Amino acid sequence: MEFSLQTEHLTKLFDGDLPAVRDVTLRVQPGEILTILGPSGGGKTTTLRLIAGFERPTGGSIKIGDSVVADANHFVPPEKRKVGMVFQDYALFPHINVEENIAFGIRDQKREGEKQVKRMLDLVGMEADANRMPHELSGGQQQRVALARALAPNPDILLLDEPFSNLDTGLRAQVRNDVRDILLETETTAIFVTHDQQEALSLSDEIAVIFDGRLVQVATPHLIYNRPVNSQVAHFIGEANFLPGEAFGLTASSSLGAVKLFHPKSGPVQLMIRPEAIFVGHQEIGNRASIVWREFYGHYQRLGLELDDGSELIARTGVDRFFQRGDNVWISLQMPALAFDQSGDSTAS
Amino acid sequence: MEHSGLIPTQLRRYRDRGAPDLHLQFGNRQLAQLVSVVLVAVVMTPVAFIIIRAIGAGQEGIEYLLQARNLRIVGNSIALMVTVTFLASLIGVPFAWLTSRSDLPGQRIWLVLGLLAMVIPSYLTAVTFTDAFGPKGALQQLLEPIGVDRLPNIKGFVGACLTLTFVTFPYVLLPVRAALLYSDRSLEEAGHSLGLNRWQVFAKITLPQLQPALAAGMLMVALYCLADFGAVAVMRFNAFTRAIFLQTESFRMDKASVLALVLVAMTVLILMLRSRVQHRGRHYRIGTGANRQLQTVQLGKWRLPAMLFCGTVVFVGVFIPLLVLLDWLSGRTLTNPIHVSMTELLRNTVGVSTISALTVAVAALPLALLALRASSRIDRWLVNLAYTGNVLPSIVIALALVFFASQNLLSLYQTLPLLIIGYSIRYLPFSIGATHSAFAQINPRYEEAARSLGLSARAALLRITLPLARGGILAGLALVFLNVMKELPTTLILRPIGFRTFATRIWSAYDEAFLSSIALPGFVLILVSGLVLIVILRHNDSLH
Repeated sequence: MEFSLQTEHLTKLFDGDLPAVRDVTLRVQPGEILTILGPSGGGKTTTLRLIAGFERPTGGSIKIGDSVVADANHFVPPEKRKVGMVFQDYALFPHINVEENIAFGIRDQKREGEKQVKRMLDLVGMEADANRMPHELSGGQQQRVALARALAPNPDILLLDEPFSNLDTGLRAQVRNDVRDILLETETTAIFVTHDQQEALSLSDEIAVIFDGRLVQVATPHLIYNRPVNSQVAHFIGEANFLPGEAFGLTASSSLGAVKLFHPKSGPVQLMIRPEAIFVGHQEIGNRASIVWREFYGHYQRLGLELDDGSELIARTGVDRFFQRGDNVWISLQMPALAFDQSGDSTAS
Repeated sequence: MEHSGLIPTQLRRYRDRGAPDLHLQFGNRQLAQLVSVVLVAVVMTPVAFIIIRAIGAGQEGIEYLLQARNLRIVGNSIALMVTVTFLASLIGVPFAWLTSRSDLPGQRIWLVLGLLAMVIPSYLTAVTFTDAFGPKGALQQLLEPIGVDRLPNIKGFVGACLTLTFVTFPYVLLPVRAALLYSDRSLEEAGHSLGLNRWQVFAKITLPQLQPALAAGMLMVALYCLADFGAVAVMRFNAFTRAIFLQTESFRMDKASVLALVLVAMTVLILMLRSRVQHRGRHYRIGTGANRQLQTVQLGKWRLPAMLFCGTVVFVGVFIPLLVLLDWLSGRTLTNPIHVSMTELLRNTVGVSTISALTVAVAALPLALLALRASSRIDRWLVNLAYTGNVLPSIVIALALVFFASQNLLSLYQTLPLLIIGYSIRYLPFSIGATHSAFAQINPRYEEAARSLGLSARAALLRITLPLARGGILAGLALVFLNVMKELPTTLILRPIGFRTFATRIWSAYDEAFLSSIALPGFVLILVSGLVLIVILRHNDSLH
């Protein structure tokens, strides 16, 4: 088995105004954590529901492990797919207690089944709450029960639909780490859906970016952040400066003078420069700039810079140097820039 | 005699993600459709029959309708409807405000007593009113010391209006009170902060928010008045239902059908108005605002008049019927010499009500499932047609069935099954509505979670959906039970010979002026109705 999940040209169109999925081809390796990232209403959840079997694809195919679960001729119903699902609102059955919720999907209701329930309760740290009802639990606890319930039947793939969005910000990072640890411990192949780029960047082995139902880029968090394939992705993930320039192969001229490029380009381009790629200092290296505003965050600071020709940039630096509004400073680039041509494409031309 | 207003239609409702796929239909869709087609065919039979008969009457029918005394029937019904709707609002709106937004002591008790007025059958209220407000009734005796030795007879328009007003004002009270409780308080606060005084806030902000609820309540009252048989029959006021009953009794089929068709047309008109009002009402609902404590208005020197107002309404609507029954029980009046055992009455009434409620609940199941997942036009039409009972006053269903059976299905004529079919057609919409809203409140993710945990569609229905919907389905069952138990015209027309229920016993005792024979059945009827009301209210409370 090469992949845990493969979709080929997966397409789902609706009559109404529901978000569609268009021609999505994805591959997920065993044990991998993949995040589907994109703006709300972009078709992320629809993709997940197609994989779970809650929707029937209009076109394309889905293969889980070695078996095709959906294509033009087959449709395997959700109960036969061995796919676990954690819903955004958890959807714990309100009329049965925590233990019964977790036991719900376990076929073997005898000794082995009981053991599995115990294992799951232990895994998510809910042993003490086995007999409580869902409505008596906090959001974080419900989340853990939902995870245990989905993992209990040992699914081949676990799907998680915006699982942290209903949690308080303070709790979110903690629960996220817990969930990641559990997934790593159980070596579960997991697919998350989220619109939160921080979550996607910190949690995933790979990120699939979906805009308007179309898969735009699949790559590691590192590559998605540093080499977004187009300006739409660059805008969506992280903060970025965009400067107009004129490219000649691996360099471009701009307000910052000659700038090195990752990929060769020619003609008019937009240069993407991440705020942390800008070095700000008092020595006369690079270009002159003045500090227009400053935000101090403790572990870093954000600086608003204005170049002599009036262009504005945002820089992010450590807090070892002190700056204040009105300072005249010198800025230089610590790494090459990414150039987008007029169609917004960043790949080499 | 309808209480569909008790089941709120706009509850928290999970918005599903549009048209779900076929494989996620509950259980077997074809089976649900097939059963629904059969049910709809049964439901549609009476209307179809009436239309055929009325058209069959042709020119003669039109001439009959245009006779002066039949035109007067139309006028009577409209006059009754308009007057009662106006009076019921006049009572219902202040009552709603006092029990929701003021510091009136004992709000909850006033509310429950107010609602009790609604579950007392209209014929029972009417019967007791004729006694209490009669020429030599309790009111006259009270006024005797000041020289009133005879009151005018209230039978006719005045009596029908009086009865129906006190039976129907809760239909205004309920929606208006809900709107007052759930209206967005921050809007009122915004009004105050923009410099409006208390009256201006009420007139410019609160009142417009109430308008859809008030309109919906008024239309409910109007519908009730058109369909009610008990009050107009007791008060001998010649409205549609009474005229139809008289024609049916003397087996003048075509004439009864013509009148019935006009009545149905008027009902449809009001229902169309109501659906327009409800549609518009949605735009008014914004935000939740339900969790915050609403500001209560200090009544101050108005407290006493407010108490007096609520006290009078409750006294007339609830305590006069009870007191008169008590008076009759003491045996001042004549008892029917033909003894009918209470056990037999109780057994018949409870038995036939239980069977009907269960029949209706089972029949509603496939239709509610179709309604919930109506993905095709056929499904939607089936569900809409199953709601036909809402358009048909009981008397119309009863007359259609009795004529139909006497001509085409003699084996069913004057049998219990036909009686139960009659009840079922009328009250099927209640059960569909209750079951549908019980299903619709269930997060569709539950079913999907069950499926992804390895349950088939049918198993998910049995293990997740039905247990979660049980409360709502049972509340619907109770509602149908209550209505069938009180039902008068259907029972009078369709019952087998010698089959007596509380309702028919009260009716015949009144007809023959054996008032004491009314007392005990009347009490039991009110008692059971009150119990069922508590069950329904409990269920509704637990939803919030």
